[in-house]
Amino acid sequence: MIEQYMKYLKEYDGAPVTLMEVCGSHTAAIAKSGIKTVISPKIRLVSGPGCPVCVSPSGYVDQLIHLALEEGATITTFGDLMRIPGSKYTLNEIKGQGGKVEMVYSPMDVIRLAKEHPQTRYVFGAVGFETTIPVYTVLLDAVIAEKLTNLQILTALKCMPPVIDWLCEGGAKIDAFIAPGHVSVITGSDYYIPLAKKYRIPFGITGFQPKELVAGIYGIVRMLEKKEELLAQGEVLVKNFYPSVVTPQGNEKALAKINGYFEPGPAVWRGMGNIPDSGLYLRPEYAAYDAGSRGLDDDRKINQACRCDQVLMGKISSKECPLFARVCSPLSPQGACMVSSEGSCYQNYLNRGN
Amino acid sequence: MIVTMAHGSGGAATSELIRDIFARSFDNDVLNEMEDSAVVPGSGRIAVTTDSFVVTPIEYPGGDIGRLCVCGTVNDLLMRGAVPKYLTCGFILQEGADTEVLKRIVESMAATAREAGVKVVAGDTKVIEGNGGMLINTAGVGFVPEGIEVSAKSLKPGDVLILSGDLGDHHAAILGSRLSISNDIVSDNAPLTEMVGNLQADKVNVHTMRDVTRGGLATVLKELAASSGVVIALEEDKIPVKQSVKDFCGLLGLDPLYMGNEGKMIAAVPRAEAEKALSAIRRAAYGEKAVVIGEVYDPASAPAGKAGDLLLTTPIGGIRQLDVLQGEGLPRIC
Amino acid sequence: MCVALPGEVTELLDDKFAKVDFNGNIVEAATGLVDVKVGDKVLVHAGCIIQTVSKDEADELEDLFKELGAF
Repeated sequence: MIEQYMKYLKEYDGAPVTLMEVCGSHTAAIAKSGIKTVISPKIRLVSGPGCPVCVSPSGYVDQLIHLALEEGATITTFGDLMRIPGSKYTLNEIKGQGGKVEMVYSPMDVIRLAKEHPQTRYVFGAVGFETTIPVYTVLLDAVIAEKLTNLQILTALKCMPPVIDWLCEGGAKIDAFIAPGHVSVITGSDYYIPLAKKYRIPFGITGFQPKELVAGIYGIVRMLEKKEELLAQGEVLVKNFYPSVVTPQGNEKALAKINGYFEPGPAVWRGMGNIPDSGLYLRPEYAAYDAGSRGLDDDRKINQACRCDQVLMGKISSKECPLFARVCSPLSPQGACMVSSEGSCYQNYLNRGN
Repeated sequence: MIVTMAHGSGGAATSELIRDIFARSFDNDVLNEMEDSAVVPGSGRIAVTTDSFVVTPIEYPGGDIGRLCVCGTVNDLLMRGAVPKYLTCGFILQEGADTEVLKRIVESMAATAREAGVKVVAGDTKVIEGNGGMLINTAGVGFVPEGIEVSAKSLKPGDVLILSGDLGDHHAAILGSRLSISNDIVSDNAPLTEMVGNLQADKVNVHTMRDVTRGGLATVLKELAASSGVVIALEEDKIPVKQSVKDFCGLLGLDPLYMGNEGKMIAAVPRAEAEKALSAIRRAAYGEKAVVIGEVYDPASAPAGKAGDLLLTTPIGGIRQLDVLQGEGLPRIC
Repeated sequence: MCVALPGEVTELLDDKFAKVDFNGNIVEAATGLVDVKVGDKVLVHAGCIIQTVSKDEADELEDLFKELGAF
């Protein structure tokens, strides 16, 4: 089957289409698979704002750094967050200057740390989208059950639909979305129906293995070709090409827990601005577990010429940004898209010779 | 016993440490003279290298900093075609280090030196403030036999690239022991003396050898492509990685092509010599899984790319351009 | 975003954690989001089981594409 899909994508000669993957792991998986070199040039794949680390504003990183330098406090977080710049420094840099920062694989690891060192105040740098947010609810369950008073989270939690809405509203040049596979595990595929209806734009939920990418992209291009027909038949333009783990309703237990601990609020996306209701914050009754996550809206552009927002909207390619591969590189990222290995400029940088 | 600043004073405590730990394990005629410098025989073209080792934890699955420092230094000498002969070592101990641990590290270092056929002929110990850690600097000396010319710049179009075994084991073993992922992946740290010795004994015309260490295969080969002005093309399906290491990488969002190794090498040989080279490497310790993973092209006649490019054909037939490692390869979770 | 990998539940540790095996890599993953039993194939993200892997994807996709082709 996969060979047929590949052949179809290679020989595709219909209307030029632009597909956006809103998920950073898709960006990385697409680059790793080399799929762009084996599909028709009429199928363009562009990367969206789907790396939660990259889109955390500088004010959030500054707050983590502030806490890391505080007497008796230790920041714990995922590896990738160590590299993202605040207004002046990264967590990595501050670690060399007396900041206390520990990298963990899972937020659950911090429970053990907090029990072993009751005198230390642990703050978990809790970034993430819908996939990771329920993990923090399990962490909070444990913190509450164990009556731990030395573990808090500093959140920069974001949801996908408001930013997809923002992209569409802003006139992004996108014909269809490769919907984030692991976000959809939690949210379910029905999550995208309102957006698909509002903008008459197809969503295809896709996995991450090379073959799954091929299948998903094939399915989405087919949907685009049949779009008018599908709409005329009253079909919803949301298809699940990752059925092994994604269901229409998602993980309802996880969704209920998210709703129990968190409430929506405005959130600043690095380089893009404040998007209403795109963030999640601990509800007031859980304020004791919050290390001060609200209002970290400061988003200092490192370089005024940075055009990340337009790259993210698919309006320009990385190469059209005046900073790209000149002053902006993975070792000195100037904007969100170059920060993480999931960022679109980062991936384009690696492939800049092609 | 616990290491204190006194062990670095140059007085009685230092002498005791040298006598009971270093001299006992490294025991050889040159070191035993205990002079200010070692005088050793040798002539011809001399290869010299130095390396520092700062790994944490200092003992990890499959090895320790002692074995690592011998392997790293010996392999660097071997990669220029030299026969490694002598090592020096400088230990920088943090106060609080346990001498029992130090004994194990030094014994492991001595055993690895014996395996690699080198003598530790000079050493030094200092103690600094800290919390029980230990760092080692080594220098290595070897001799390059007549007629052997191996360098990073002598990669030629038409060469095939042989990788001596599975990628990523060392990196995964170290990182796994730091994070809460348990597995039976062990470091591949190993001296490649026999492997290179076999290639020379079989008179294989090796153009380039490189040990695949920090930065991983992609970084090493990208640098080789650039320094020789060629295009290197690899096939992903042919690059050996254990399934456990693949899944370890999958859990952390890492790429085996950028994972560090400490007992693997790349050899570039003319296509006509590929079988001969493979048999020499596979016959050696640590080389049984050696395979051809790619080819070297003249930029003018390469199927794709330009001078200095490293290209990888993916399982779905796509072409991925690989760069050197950016940053430090931190785990990616979200 | 969101790196996640399928593995197999090999042991239930207590009511909060289970051992999950990823071809020899053992992670003690939290079970707070999904009810699991030994032998389940599960998807783990950041040390937390987020879903059970239940269906044969290839078959399902084939059906889906038949459907798409038939429009």
